Amino acid sequence: MTKRIAAVLSVAAGTVLLAGSVAAQTVRLNGAGATFPQPIYQKWVLEYHNAHPTVEINYQGIGSGGGIRQFTDHTVDFGASDGPMTDAQIQAVNGDVYHLPTVLGSVVPTYNIPGVTAQLRFTGDVLAGIWLGQITKWNDSRLTALNPDANLPDQDIVVAHRSDGSGTTYIFTDYLTKVSPDWAQRVGKGTSVNWPVGLGGQGNPGVANIVKQTPGAIGYVELIYAIQNNIGYGVVRNKAGNYIQASLETTTNAAAGAVASLDPNTDFRISITDADGAQVYPISSFTWLLLPKQMTDAVKARALLEFVWWAVHDGEKFTSALAYAPLPARVVQLEEQRLKSITVNGQPVLPSNYRGR
Amino acid sequence: MTDIPATALEPELAPKPTAEERWRALRTVSRGDVIYRSLLTVLALLLPLLVVLIAVELVSNAMPAVSKFGFGFLTHSTWDPVQGQFGALPLIFGTLYSSLVALVIAVPLALACAIFLTEFAPRWLRTPVGTLIELLAAVPSVIYGLWGIFVLIPLLRDHVWKVARHALGWLPIFGGVFYGPSVLAAGVILSIMILPYIAAVSREVLLAVPPSQREAGLALGATRWETVTTVILPYGRAGIVGAVILGLGRALGETMAVTMVIGNRHEVSASLLQPGYTIAAAIANEFSEAVSDMHLSALFMVGAVLFVITILVNTLARVLVWRVARGSAVGSTAI
Repeated sequence: MTKRIAAVLSVAAGTVLLAGSVAAQTVRLNGAGATFPQPIYQKWVLEYHNAHPTVEINYQGIGSGGGIRQFTDHTVDFGASDGPMTDAQIQAVNGDVYHLPTVLGSVVPTYNIPGVTAQLRFTGDVLAGIWLGQITKWNDSRLTALNPDANLPDQDIVVAHRSDGSGTTYIFTDYLTKVSPDWAQRVGKGTSVNWPVGLGGQGNPGVANIVKQTPGAIGYVELIYAIQNNIGYGVVRNKAGNYIQASLETTTNAAAGAVASLDPNTDFRISITDADGAQVYPISSFTWLLLPKQMTDAVKARALLEFVWWAVHDGEKFTSALAYAPLPARVVQLEEQRLKSITVNGQPVLPSNYRGR
Repeated sequence: MTDIPATALEPELAPKPTAEERWRALRTVSRGDVIYRSLLTVLALLLPLLVVLIAVELVSNAMPAVSKFGFGFLTHSTWDPVQGQFGALPLIFGTLYSSLVALVIAVPLALACAIFLTEFAPRWLRTPVGTLIELLAAVPSVIYGLWGIFVLIPLLRDHVWKVARHALGWLPIFGGVFYGPSVLAAGVILSIMILPYIAAVSREVLLAVPPSQREAGLALGATRWETVTTVILPYGRAGIVGAVILGLGRALGETMAVTMVIGNRHEVSASLLQPGYTIAAAIANEFSEAVSDMHLSALFMVGAVLFVITILVNTLARVLVWRVARGSAVGSTAI
C-alpha cells in the first residue's frame, strides 16, 4: 500500500516537474481579426501546437475592423484583415506593418429563377447593373444576350446582399468598383457599403436563404460556402474574355496572374480582382495577416515568425480540405523575404539562411 | 435557568427608563449596523453608476459623429460607410415602426389571454395555459428568427398576402412589391416575442383586482363580459399600461430575430411590406467590421439614440402609470 502511494506520488511529482519545465518555455501569442479565414487559422494553430507544444496561439475572429484596431493599439501580437489597411491607418502605426497574404477566397453569384436550371453567365457590367438596380428583370436584353439558351422569364430580380460588414462584401464591391465606373462613383468598395437596392441577409447563410426562399433572387456568397452547401452559382467573364467557373484552382490563378507582374518590393496591399490571365476567376482576393516590422520581444518574435513561415509553407496543405485556395509559389517566395526582414532591436529575427523549423 | 433571580424577570422592579433614555437607546447605532448600511448603500449606488457609465461611454465614443453630423444625424437617410456619410433616420423610424406593429398585434392578444385566464377559463386550464404562454418567453430569439425565415415569411408571402392583397392592396401601408423580409414580418415576430411579457404581467394585475369589485359589478346586474370591460379593466389599467410598456421596451431592443427577417435596408418606407432596419440590428451587423473610426462613432451615436429612446419610453411609462394610478387602481406599485 505504502509502496503504491509512493509510486503515485513520485509520478505526480514528475508530472509537476515536467509541466513546470514546459511552462517555463511556453510562448503565448495573441491574434485577432477577420472571420473569413478563421477556420483555417484555427486549424493551423491546432496543428502547429501539436507539432510544437511550447507555442500557444490564440486567434479570435472578431472581424477585420476589430483586428486592425487591436493591431494598432498593440493589444495583439498579430492582426488579420480581409481588406488591406488604408494609408491613414498605416500612418497611425507609423508604417510599422507588413501585410502578409495567407490564403485566398473568392465570391460567386448565386440565384434562384423558377424554371431555369442552366448555369448562367455574367459579366462585371451586368453584375454591377443588377446591384445598382438598373437591370430589374431577368429577361433584360443584357442578360438574355449572355444567356441565349437559358430561357429567362419575365420576372423581377430581387437583389440580396450582406447586411453585416464583411470581407465577402469587400471582395465583391472591389470587383464591381474595378469593372464599373458607375459603381465606383455611386457606391465604391468597403466591408459595408450604401447599397442602392436589395435585401440584406446576415452572413453567408442569410444571403443564401434569401436567394433560396425568394423566387427571382440573386445574391453573392463566398465560394467556400457555396461548395460546402452545394449551392449552384454562375460563371463570370474575366478580363481575358473567358467565362470562368469559380474553383480553388481558378482562384489561385487569379493571385498568380496578379503577382506575375508585381514589384518585388510590394507591400502586398494589392487587389487581385479582375486580374490578368486566361484561366483566372475575377472575383478573388487575398486575406492578410498584419505583422509589425519591428518587434520588441525576441522570444515572441521568433515564435511568431516561425509560425507564419510554417503556415505559408507546410500549412498550405490544409487549405483545400477547408476549401480555401492556396497561395501561388511566387507569393510565398516574396513573403519569405518580408519575414526575414522583421527585426527586434535592429537585428533580424530569422537567420538569412532560415528554411523552416 | 433556575440560577436567575426571579427579580430579573420582573420588569416592573427595574428602574423605568425615561423618555429621553429610550430615545437615546433607539438612536444609538451599533458599529455593525453602520458597516452594513454603508455596504448596502454602496452596492445600491453601483447600479445607477453603471447607467451613468454606459451613458458616458456611449456619448464620448459618439463625439466624432456628433460634431460632424450634429442634429442632421437624426434627420438624414443616407448611411454610406464608404463616403463616411451617416444619417440614422431609417434606423430610428424602423425601430419605432416595427415595435408599433408588434404592439398593435400583441396587446389585444395578450389582454385576451390575460382576461380569459383570470375570468373565463376553467380553473384546471389556467395554470397549464399560463405556463405555456410564459414558455414563449424562454425561446431564444435566434429560434424565432429561424422560424421567421423558414415558416413565417413564406407563409405571409405565398399564402396570406396572396389572399389579403385584393382587400388591402390599395392601402399605402401595404404598398409595393412584397418579397418577404419586411417590417411586417419583423412586427409579427416581435409581437410573438413580447406577448408573454404583456400577458403574464396583465394576468397578475387582473388577479390582484379584489373579488369585491367583481361581485359588486355582478350584483349590479352586469354580465361577466360587462364586468370585465366596465369594472376589472379600468381598475387594473395602470398595471396594464405598465405591462404594455414592458413589452415595448423589449421590442425596441430586440436584435437577432429582427435582423433575420426585416431585410436590413436603410430606407424609410411607410409600407409594411418593404424592408427596413432597426438600431439594434444595425449595431449588431456592422460593429465588428466597422473599419473607419467615423463608422464606429456613428454606430455609438445611434446606440446613444436607442438609449435615449428607451429612457423616454420608460419615463413615459412612469408618467402614464402615475397618472392613471391616481384613481384607485392596482398593479401600479408592481411595475
